[in-house]
Amino acid sequence: MESLPSEQSAAVRRIVAQHRERPGPLLEVLHAIQTSFGYVPEGAVPVVAEELNLSRAEVHGVVTFYHFFRHTRPGAHTVSLCQAESCQSMGAKALAEHARKRLGIEFHQTTADGRYSLEPIYCLGNCACSPAAMIDGRLYGRVTPEAFDALIAQRSPAA
Amino acid sequence: MSTTVYVPGDAGALSVGAGEVAAAIAAEAKRRGIDLNLVRNGSRGAYWLEPLVEVQTERGRCAYGPVRATDVPALFAADFLETGSHPLSLGPTDSIPWLRSQQRLTFERVGIIDPASVADYVKHGGYQGLERALQLSGAEIVQAVTASGLRGRGGAAFPTGIKWKTVLEQSTAQKYVTCNADEGDSGTFSDRMLMEGDPFSLIEGMTIAGVAVGATQGYIYLRAEYPHAHAALKTAIAAAYQSKYLGADVAGSGRRFDLEVRLGAGAYICGEETSMLESLEGKRGEVRVRPPLPAIKGLFGCPTIVNNVVTLTSVPWILAHGAEAYANFGMGKSRGTLPIQLAGNIRRAGLVERAFGLTLRELLYDIGGGTASGRPIRAVQIGGPLGAFVPPAHFETAVDYEALAAVGAMLGHGGIVVFDDTVDMAQMARYAMEFCAIESCGKCTPCRIGSTRGVEVIDRILAGIDGERNVRLLEELCETMVQGSLCGLGGMAPFPVQSALKHFREDFRARV
Repeated sequence: MESLPSEQSAAVRRIVAQHRERPGPLLEVLHAIQTSFGYVPEGAVPVVAEELNLSRAEVHGVVTFYHFFRHTRPGAHTVSLCQAESCQSMGAKALAEHARKRLGIEFHQTTADGRYSLEPIYCLGNCACSPAAMIDGRLYGRVTPEAFDALIAQRSPAA
Repeated sequence: MSTTVYVPGDAGALSVGAGEVAAAIAAEAKRRGIDLNLVRNGSRGAYWLEPLVEVQTERGRCAYGPVRATDVPALFAADFLETGSHPLSLGPTDSIPWLRSQQRLTFERVGIIDPASVADYVKHGGYQGLERALQLSGAEIVQAVTASGLRGRGGAAFPTGIKWKTVLEQSTAQKYVTCNADEGDSGTFSDRMLMEGDPFSLIEGMTIAGVAVGATQGYIYLRAEYPHAHAALKTAIAAAYQSKYLGADVAGSGRRFDLEVRLGAGAYICGEETSMLESLEGKRGEVRVRPPLPAIKGLFGCPTIVNNVVTLTSVPWILAHGAEAYANFGMGKSRGTLPIQLAGNIRRAGLVERAFGLTLRELLYDIGGGTASGRPIRAVQIGGPLGAFVPPAHFETAVDYEALAAVGAMLGHGGIVVFDDTVDMAQMARYAMEFCAIESCGKCTPCRIGSTRGVEVIDRILAGIDGERNVRLLEELCETMVQGSLCGLGGMAPFPVQSALKHFREDFRARV
């Protein structure tokens, strides 16, 4: 396992220090690390474990339990497509197929140029406007393949 | 005097362009030198009309929708601020039949008020429930909740008053009130709408719960997929502290109640109450063995109320209007109202709050208008990914906990997902098992292993390998999961599979 460069591990220690006094702080700490780094680097695990007086196994177990925590650096834009039943009833599978082709990647992958990560998500609570997608925290509803292309075009560098 | 215009800031409305519409209205008003008071309200729940713009007039609020940003100049040209005629005009909002037919108690303020304003909340009847509660003893508050007949709206439908009574009876110094806002079921969004559109009602409901059982700390466990609700709750909690409705001296009563939002991290299982408590403690969301019940040994080992958002936001209304007024709605053992969510392939999708007892047919056709695609409805799934598929033959069933159970379905959190006749029910059954495999916490074997084997068996059936034998095997596997799983995930994931096998057997033919 690669250990974190010292300035990054200092940043992790500062994050832990901000949350240490709260009851049950580990999830809060991991959220803060992901907000700051874009993902939870493997090298952050022993630092968090030491600071919170937990075993590395305990921290690793929590990081890997939750789908929301990323283990790799995300692309510049994270595209999440809802794959749950309501969106399926309105064409989510076809939309996902279209998105894979448009971006040239599968779910859980990042494009080679580092611009897009594609993720499945199980319900965005926008089931009255299915199919739904979320791009960089912005929610979109009634997403047709054409609308999807327009959303990607908005975020692509001018050709 | 400036005219007040409402454009929802609700995530669902934003997802179809409400943000752009609000910006266009502000820009056009500025260009024309018109002084506007633009309020970002919650959604009325008529998502088929979103973005729904409302103008405050002498006749009350008048609605326009669905409005696109490009419609805005024409709306101004048609003098929509003075209710001039325009093709998008829907007339007075309250006279839109889809809304007028509803009985909104829990949702009475959602879409009406400014969700960031304590003053607006109080002006619309907010904090009357807490005021009443502060005049009562803990036991009297619990008695009111019990008498209202309120049952947990998260899905389990356990009587809320009984849960509260158990916590009240514990003599521990530290107790907690937790709100399960991990609304993960596909087809549901009532919690999200409440948190975004009327967050103070949740804060008030939790405060009343704290006062009732003697808990001084509350946690809202919110799913990470809801960033808009997170922002709305943080704003509202800060405002409630500012106005002294939270903190050391709640509403001048000398009672303390503190409240904090904690984020989940994309695990469906954390909607199960004991898993949620583990997650709140910062651990893997693995289900606990019960007993002990959370009401006796819950968060950090202390007596804890765990209630869903809709349950807690129903409490202020019950306290303010009386238990009997609430219990007068509904049928049988299902008292009060239920916010039903019409979702998926349905023409008029959105939130419908009505007393229990409406039939599925009334909901799907009279209110929902049939499918969005215009094709026949083939099945609906009620109660999320663990809910059974219901065929049209059962559409005369009333929406009521017991009536649905009688036809092998369950109401759950009140979400109804509609599928037209293009749906492949064998694939839906496979998806149910696959979802369970992805989301299983791994603690018990029937769920952890059974779901993966379930996917494999369905694949073999569809591949034409030993079809009949494998269907029997699948039925046996479902039975094992139902009987042997530790919690509802493994215990109910077979329901969609079993119902698909029962009602749509023809879809389980081998395909080459």
